[in-house]
Amino acid sequence: MFLLVAGALTVLTVRNLFVATMLLGIVSFIMALVFISLDAVDVAFTEAAVGAGISTVLYIGTLALVGSQEKAGIKVAPGAMAICLAVGAVLVYATYQLPTYGSPDNPVHTHVAPRYIQTSPIEIGVPNMVTSVLSSYRGFDTFGETTVVFTAGIGVLLILSQRRRRKSDEEEEKSTAKNGQSRNLSGIGSDHDLIPHVIAKLLIPFILLFALYVQFHGDYGPGGGFQAGVIFAAGFILYALIFGLQFTQRVLSQNAVLYLIAFGVLLYGGVGVVGILMGGNFLDYNVLSSDPVSGQHLGILLIELGVGITVAAAMLAIYYAFVGRADPVSKMPD
Amino acid sequence: MYFSYFNYWIFIILLMIGLYTVMSRSNLVKKLIGLSLFQISVFLFYISMGKITGGTAPIVVEALEGAPEPVYSNPLPHVLILTAIVVGVATTALGLSLVVRIKETFGTIDEDEILELELEEDK
Repeated sequence: MFLLVAGALTVLTVRNLFVATMLLGIVSFIMALVFISLDAVDVAFTEAAVGAGISTVLYIGTLALVGSQEKAGIKVAPGAMAICLAVGAVLVYATYQLPTYGSPDNPVHTHVAPRYIQTSPIEIGVPNMVTSVLSSYRGFDTFGETTVVFTAGIGVLLILSQRRRRKSDEEEEKSTAKNGQSRNLSGIGSDHDLIPHVIAKLLIPFILLFALYVQFHGDYGPGGGFQAGVIFAAGFILYALIFGLQFTQRVLSQNAVLYLIAFGVLLYGGVGVVGILMGGNFLDYNVLSSDPVSGQHLGILLIELGVGITVAAAMLAIYYAFVGRADPVSKMPD
Repeated sequence: MYFSYFNYWIFIILLMIGLYTVMSRSNLVKKLIGLSLFQISVFLFYISMGKITGGTAPIVVEALEGAPEPVYSNPLPHVLILTAIVVGVATTALGLSLVVRIKETFGTIDEDEILELELEEDK
């Protein structure tokens, strides 16, 4: 816990943004460990994959484009400091009104949670309560969140792909005609390092396999669509970092990724609509099969798949957008 | 009894650091990092609320013969935060892409310098 505070403070003071990003990754990772000790295994999983993995890569991708040194001279902002301390003081005062930490009769534990805990194994038949709440009881919510990820992916693509189309279409055609090998689009990828190549080749199949395991075993253990999608994307990003973007896009082209983002959301929504057509409510899985419990199983499997596909494709699309933006000139000296 | 609020205090300290970073630093990437810290602290608050002392992760386990029924932590905050993390990284990416565009337009990602440039344009 104190490590967290120390890490956060250094993030604030350090002026090299690259170092700050790395420290943020470390803070995320410690936070994941704290989550495990707080019994939130699913969340810890996600935090480790997202906070320490994807977001660090995205920050570095940005730094490669904008330069990594903050303006010299540390400003002390007394106004901001005063506001911060005031907010902190009010919050500390408020904690005295909070129920005791860890006590089972807190208000949080007395509304819907007991119902989830007691009836979800019977109604849904899925041991992991987080999965059943996520995709069945709160299916609407999750649908909304998947759509947000979808929208954010589209937004990044719109913002970052504008100029390239206008200005350098011809250049790009030329460079692809040159077999693309002269230009290492990935910006951070390396051509010559043997050890990363070998290790990555060994690791990537296992990363992808693990992602699939997390995806389809999410009903029984910690895991699910969100985590699997992020891990899957991380596998591809690792490949792109080491072997360069062209090879990755040969495996999974930008257009394919775009279709996959939409396909995931459509799969999710489609399961809901099928529910309506078969006489239930939107996202009501009971009607999908003759037996409500197996219907729930099928529904959860399908929508988790939808979530996984959307998240993985959105993360990859965002990564492609960032890296495709990096010109060879502004390549970060490593 | 003071230790019963320990997690909440850490949350508050992290939140203050995040808030201060957002307000006091003029570098836009640094601001986004501050925002991430702020976000992480809120996650910690939610998960702390869901914890029950002596509870276990909310995955159904078979109770051993003669053992008491296992106590599960509250799964609801976990669900909310799990999705929030992924949505958070997606929105952070959106912010970063805006930073990249700003850099291309103004040639800097320092807020003060951007304001100066805009003032000069107005004259």
